Amino acid sequence: MLQKIYDWIDDRIDITPIWRDIADHEVPEHVNPAHHFSAFVYCFGGLTFFVVVIQILSGMFLTMYYVPDIENAWKSVYYLQTEVAHGQIVRGMHHWGASVVIVMLLLHTLRVFFQGAYKKPRELNWMVGVLIFFVMLGLGFTGYLLPWDNKAYFATQVGLEIAEQVPFIGQELKTLLAGDATIVGAQTLTRFFAIHVFFLPGALFALLAIHFVLIRRQGISGPL
Amino acid sequence: MHKGKGMKFVGDSRISAERKPNIPKDYSEYPGRTEAFWPNFLLKEWLVGAVFLVGFLCLTLAHPSPLEGMADPTDAAYIPLPDWYFLFLYELLKYEFASGDWTLMGILILPGLAFGALLLAPFLDNGPGRRPHQRPVAIGMMLLGLVAVVWLTYTSAAHVDWEGRAEANKPIPPAEVTVDDSHPGFAAYENSCLACHGAELEGGAGPALVGLELSAEEIATIAVDGIGTMPPDQFQGTDEELEQLVDFIITVNESAE
Repeated sequence: MLQKIYDWIDDRIDITPIWRDIADHEVPEHVNPAHHFSAFVYCFGGLTFFVVVIQILSGMFLTMYYVPDIENAWKSVYYLQTEVAHGQIVRGMHHWGASVVIVMLLLHTLRVFFQGAYKKPRELNWMVGVLIFFVMLGLGFTGYLLPWDNKAYFATQVGLEIAEQVPFIGQELKTLLAGDATIVGAQTLTRFFAIHVFFLPGALFALLAIHFVLIRRQGISGPL
Repeated sequence: MHKGKGMKFVGDSRISAERKPNIPKDYSEYPGRTEAFWPNFLLKEWLVGAVFLVGFLCLTLAHPSPLEGMADPTDAAYIPLPDWYFLFLYELLKYEFASGDWTLMGILILPGLAFGALLLAPFLDNGPGRRPHQRPVAIGMMLLGLVAVVWLTYTSAAHVDWEGRAEANKPIPPAEVTVDDSHPGFAAYENSCLACHGAELEGGAGPALVGLELSAEEIATIAVDGIGTMPPDQFQGTDEELEQLVDFIITVNESAE
């Protein structure tokens, strides 16, 4: 039955080459922890992606309750944390995931760096990876404001003051992020929310897609 | 692949009508003990993910994510602190060569050099050798950067009294208030105070009357003489009514605790 459905679809849209490209490849011995335990360092990239998936899913559930408005943002997070069933766990996963993803990303970067895996022909993929790192830090910075508690507010204020000191474009940069030249308030919260939920994830998905396509195209780097 | 004349397509599409057998590629050219990603390798790999997930969930259960009190822009005493992965940048800005007249050094030049070098690493370290001992400069710079980041993060975090901060900034739960309409002081409250202080003492034109730290005499004095922008003589009744009013406000406050 399943085979028939598959054949029916495959006959019309020819999906066999697509899934072959995605999943049908050999895993070489030197990256397989089943053969060499030290090969667990090759898991860091995959685990980073795993945490990213956790972040996306938990974030989607958080937006079911979160209200990006200075009156209700904190209250909605407090409600989520104290009243909603499993709300504390879902928010906890998103909160700790933000830290864990940075740790895993760092480990993955160090693995690639110390193995020299970024050398020809993989220069472009390394640069895409570093851009993913930047996007991730941006997600961390914008997400920190959203609960609208004291530490969020004052940390963002400091961050915006730092952005303001950038020569030539500082003032504009701050206004772009905060929505106002001086006030850190309602506009700032909605902008950070939009950046955190739409702009940066969009950039992240595009970069991840390039990252994975390049990995499939070039294969994993050989043993040292 | 068969191309051109004689090719048959599905409908008017460009998909070949010829069935290709679903046989995996021949991997004999790969050296060593290779393993098919799908499904063999993936069936082992999900175990790593499962172990990781269990550890991660233990962390979330053991440490509920923190939430401080609602943002209060007027709180001048609050010492800001970024998330831990920005602490190293935060600490860097405290050094003399990275603050004051040298702020640009701290916010742009040093991080720009470090992250720029990271981005362009393949072009800066462009020799053919991949082993660490074949590229001592790149490895040395990376180790130096790592030690610096760890050191800065440690110095910054070591000075923070984390428990004290969490204790001092605990969120205040929105109080549940019970207003007893049959209380003898309620009529006086309704007439004199409700317009500004709200039906549930939640405040309005005037401040909230829940969470007061005033004695009965002080409340009575304020009701008669006013305070701040509140004009005097808001309450004009007998002393007995004033007493009942004060008792009403205190009763509601006690119910909120």
